[in-house]
Amino acid sequence: MVKNHVKKFVTIDDRLDLGVIASLIDDDTWVLDLGCGSGALLEYLIKTKDVKGMGIDINIEKTILCMKKGIPVVYQDLNEGLTNFKEDTFDYCVLSQTLQVVQHPDELILDMLRIAKYGIVSFPNFGYYRLPLKLFFRGRMPVSKEFPYDWDNTPNIHLVTIKDFREFCKKNGILILKEYHNYGENYSSGHFLNNKRSKNCVMMITLERKSGK
Amino acid sequence: MESAQNSVGLVKTEYFTFAEEEEDHLVLDSGKNFGPVTVAYETYGTLNPERDNAILVCHALSGDAHAAGFHADNDRKPGWWEDMIGPGKAFDTNMYFVICSNVLGGCVGTTGPSSINPRTGKPYGMEFPVVTIGDMVKVQKKLVDRLGIEKLLAVTGGSMGGMQALEWSLRFPNSVRSAIIIASTACLSAQSIAFDAVGRNAITSDPNWQGGDYYGGEIPARGLSIARMIGHITYLSDRSMHEKFGRKLQSSGKFNFDFSSEFQVESYLDYQGTKFVERFDANSYLYVTKAMDYFDVAGYYGEGVLEKALDLVKARIIILSFTSDWLFPPYQSEEMLDAFVQAGKDVSYVNIDSPYGHDAFLLEYELETKLIGTFLYATYNNEMFWEEKW
Repeated sequence: MVKNHVKKFVTIDDRLDLGVIASLIDDDTWVLDLGCGSGALLEYLIKTKDVKGMGIDINIEKTILCMKKGIPVVYQDLNEGLTNFKEDTFDYCVLSQTLQVVQHPDELILDMLRIAKYGIVSFPNFGYYRLPLKLFFRGRMPVSKEFPYDWDNTPNIHLVTIKDFREFCKKNGILILKEYHNYGENYSSGHFLNNKRSKNCVMMITLERKSGK
Repeated sequence: MESAQNSVGLVKTEYFTFAEEEEDHLVLDSGKNFGPVTVAYETYGTLNPERDNAILVCHALSGDAHAAGFHADNDRKPGWWEDMIGPGKAFDTNMYFVICSNVLGGCVGTTGPSSINPRTGKPYGMEFPVVTIGDMVKVQKKLVDRLGIEKLLAVTGGSMGGMQALEWSLRFPNSVRSAIIIASTACLSAQSIAFDAVGRNAITSDPNWQGGDYYGGEIPARGLSIARMIGHITYLSDRSMHEKFGRKLQSSGKFNFDFSSEFQVESYLDYQGTKFVERFDANSYLYVTKAMDYFDVAGYYGEGVLEKALDLVKARIIILSFTSDWLFPPYQSEEMLDAFVQAGKDVSYVNIDSPYGHDAFLLEYELETKLIGTFLYATYNNEMFWEEKW
């Protein structure tokens, strides 16, 4: 029944979510990757999709690794916002596995959708059913592959579930164009109970007013 | 000679003269024709057979062509950017061919107000035409052409040197593969122009200045040294001054209750002023600061719109600024960054956390080496698969 939704994605830098994100990006477009790390996604996109790519990161060593690949990069703290970029500068603005560590995720997402036509966000789903079970049975903050930190050293300050995110989008005039959920070794869309069953998700979003609706 | 193993070693300043005939004269931005022009320059490393490994280093207000190495075995100090130029350094002379020349209007070998006007047999003084950063770059282009280089791998510099790097990428977009713009700006702020104006006032109100016609007599040493003191204040930061001098007194622990230079910061400024007078010409200070004040990329190339001006650029760009620089503050670099992004250009930017103020560009060489070394390496060695796009 759901077989037609299943598609094989490449892994980029050992990450499947980056493969999903890459699949959502059209050729010959302009992509800004927020929290780009050493630039693995951008390198892949530049080489295979002929995009113009630019990254932002707060880690100077990773910034230098981007430069080494020849990828334009800005050393900047996302918590200071993206006010420096003008409206509709980029086609896509990517925020992968970074949403949960920024101070104002709401402002950041709206800013992403201001400077780009599309936002693509990937985040670990705190609604995954095993996490509350762990909390319930062990009485301690759950630790998993997606949430590998203890409570006292975690950079994750805004844990979110897929449902929360959908709710947030609804409230802020944001359209979810595509949703992919991670089950086991792959990502797919349209699964039943995806808020409980998926560990990770990728969402492609845009502003309702920009979508022409 | 210190640390000679990482140095380019003994170097010699060379000279190149052009625009000797009237028809070859340089057309200045002011509309005036000017010639002849002699350029003082130095080179380090070797130009490869493909001639694609050349880097032009542009100096700041008080710099000169002597950017690296030593002129004599007993030289106490190397060139002004020794930390960055040499074997294994950011501008690695094992890989690259580095050129540095003294600017037009300067006083260390290149034609300027203290040079002899061939028509009168006397120094130009105020007869020297007012020049711009663009004019300085035109002269550098002649030199680069003369050296047989069609396209520079990079043009770089800090402060006024950064302005020249930016100007290169606009005036000769097809001759530059990358520009490395450090502690610089696309135009001076009112505050920076104000400091320059005070410096110029100090010089022109020195009775020895004599309308610029002081050569052969007493020089306006007091005026030039005050100009330099003001400059030095703007090159440091509140924090670096506090750390370096605090309120410490020069000799005794007690106040003298007079107006001698008691505080350490006072005698530091005195020293910087005096030292500067020995090596710099007061008229050059007027001309070069004026060129900086006139620099306005948006005005010259973009009808007041920076983004429009920067659209002309074809080079890859990296911009570096320093958090404590209040002469050319980071926000000016960020304005450049944003305009480059809006123009859809290949631009990178790092605001380096440093307490050293504007002078940081000469001091933070460790991180600068990593950033610039990597950026250059990528520009020189990568496939440049995106080059067509930008």
